Amino acid sequence: MWEQIRSNQTRSMVLVIGMGLLLLLIGYLLGIIFFDNAIGGLVIAFIVWWVMSLLAYFQGDSILLGLARARKISHDDHPRLYNIVEEMKIASGLERVPDIYIIDDPAPNAFAVGRNPDKAAVAITTGLLQKLNRDELQGVIGHEIAHIKNRDVLLMAIASVMLGTIVILAWYASRFMLFGGMGRSRSSSSSGGGGGGAQIIVLVAAIALMILAPIMAQLIYFAISRKREYMADASSALYTRYPEGLASALEKIAASTSQLKSANQATAPMYIMNPFRKEKRPASNLTSTHPPISERVRILRSMGGASFADYERVYQQVHGVGKGVIPASALALSHPTSLRAAEAGAAPQEPDKTERVRETSNLMWQLGNYKTITCDCGTKLRVPPGFKEPAVRCPHCGRTNPV
Amino acid sequence: MAAVWVIVGIVVILLVIFIVIYNRLVGWRNQVKNAWAQIDVQLKRRYDLIPNLMETVKGYMKHERETMEAVTKARNLAQQAASAGAGERGKAEGELSSALARLLAVVENYPDLKANQNFLALQEELTSTENKISFSRQYYNDSVLKYNNQIQMFPSNMVAGMTGFKAGEFFEVTAEEERKAPKVSFT
Repeated sequence: MWEQIRSNQTRSMVLVIGMGLLLLLIGYLLGIIFFDNAIGGLVIAFIVWWVMSLLAYFQGDSILLGLARARKISHDDHPRLYNIVEEMKIASGLERVPDIYIIDDPAPNAFAVGRNPDKAAVAITTGLLQKLNRDELQGVIGHEIAHIKNRDVLLMAIASVMLGTIVILAWYASRFMLFGGMGRSRSSSSSGGGGGGAQIIVLVAAIALMILAPIMAQLIYFAISRKREYMADASSALYTRYPEGLASALEKIAASTSQLKSANQATAPMYIMNPFRKEKRPASNLTSTHPPISERVRILRSMGGASFADYERVYQQVHGVGKGVIPASALALSHPTSLRAAEAGAAPQEPDKTERVRETSNLMWQLGNYKTITCDCGTKLRVPPGFKEPAVRCPHCGRTNPV
Repeated sequence: MAAVWVIVGIVVILLVIFIVIYNRLVGWRNQVKNAWAQIDVQLKRRYDLIPNLMETVKGYMKHERETMEAVTKARNLAQQAASAGAGERGKAEGELSSALARLLAVVENYPDLKANQNFLALQEELTSTENKISFSRQYYNDSVLKYNNQIQMFPSNMVAGMTGFKAGEFFEVTAEEERKAPKVSFT
């Protein structure tokens, strides 16, 4: 039933097309003002957009992961995380386990990248690994895997490239119009005689558009992103059969005060939680990339079942009947699914917070190619990768340990 | 003459619809097969993990002979049932799950074992494999439901009937009451 979601992204597609039209409009006006020729502007807009799309399509993942300073891990680096990703991959029916990246940042957050499910990756901050227990981590990973499975990642990439193009074009165009580009249009209007009035109207419209277009594009972008977040939450609940896990993870993430160092406005919608949210902001407005946490948590907690129909029912209770979030084709295939019990028979001894912190910091040392030597007194010595000396003295007890 | 063309047209349209439905049914059926293979992978993984677990646990759990033997026995029975249908297999695997759960529950009484790194790693693998089994089962059952719906609903049921599609069998792990049983029994 899940791949149906893909086929019914009508509203998202409409929004993307709206953005495309905005882009064309900018190109058209640019052409009229600078070249007296609409085609020229359209061609320029198209080329800029195309180059950026190609770049995003082939290099987007590595650029994003590089910007976030993410490091790839394997099963042995963090078995629990790897296993959870694999579990969610199985539950969602993805073909391949996404690559897993760790970002060394105390702010808990996560995002998914990848133009298609075969090239997908999830990135998780160390803060998230430290704060969340197994069920919560599963909920978050389920949410990210849902983004991959529902092809949100690609959709958001397309939308963000359009947004970027619009912003760039509008920025340069407004600079040109203010400082120098005007000469040409003025001379053409004087030679044209009667066309002066029309010229001025076009010019005013163009200036207004150059100011408004980036804002409009941003709003469209946010609208797309918010909708995908609800969908991913619903899918995560369906995969894990345990919405409480994601709900409590969202609460923990929201309660954290640290801000992600490596995020910027363009990458913000990629994360499970808006990295720039301000505290106590009534977030369900046009300018937020993510729906408000309290609302997401409330919906997850009152689902009663794990199916899309359950999510849709609660969503409509919150937003009013008729304002659904799950596509009809996915709902039609939804069947009653019960929730999983909080903890099955043999509860594993889960590492507590302290152990998780230790585990994560060990991992980061290891990923940084530090060597660990355990001194006889129990002190752990971290030896940096470029260390040349044959032995190191323990600062705690004074013994010398060979490297 | 016109009537002939109308009839030919109708036949062609019906044929196209038939082909589309048939292909879609094949798609569903392959998904079910694929999902079943996923379960199989995880069950085999569990068979492989159990001897390791027994090896690690042996030195510590001197007084849990019965519990340990129960796991080994359940594992062998499950492995024998591997070629059976989904229903029978689910029963054997359910037994294995509950035997394992009992074993992991008594671990609580052995603090030394709980501190053993090797055991902890194995336990993580086992827990996750259990999860993966239930997630792959969940996906399989969803796929079967979808496939069976297609086989039984009009008009795809006509195509399915003509071309011999059979309904899929759900994979239920029985012994549900044992899985719900709470943690430790102090025996």
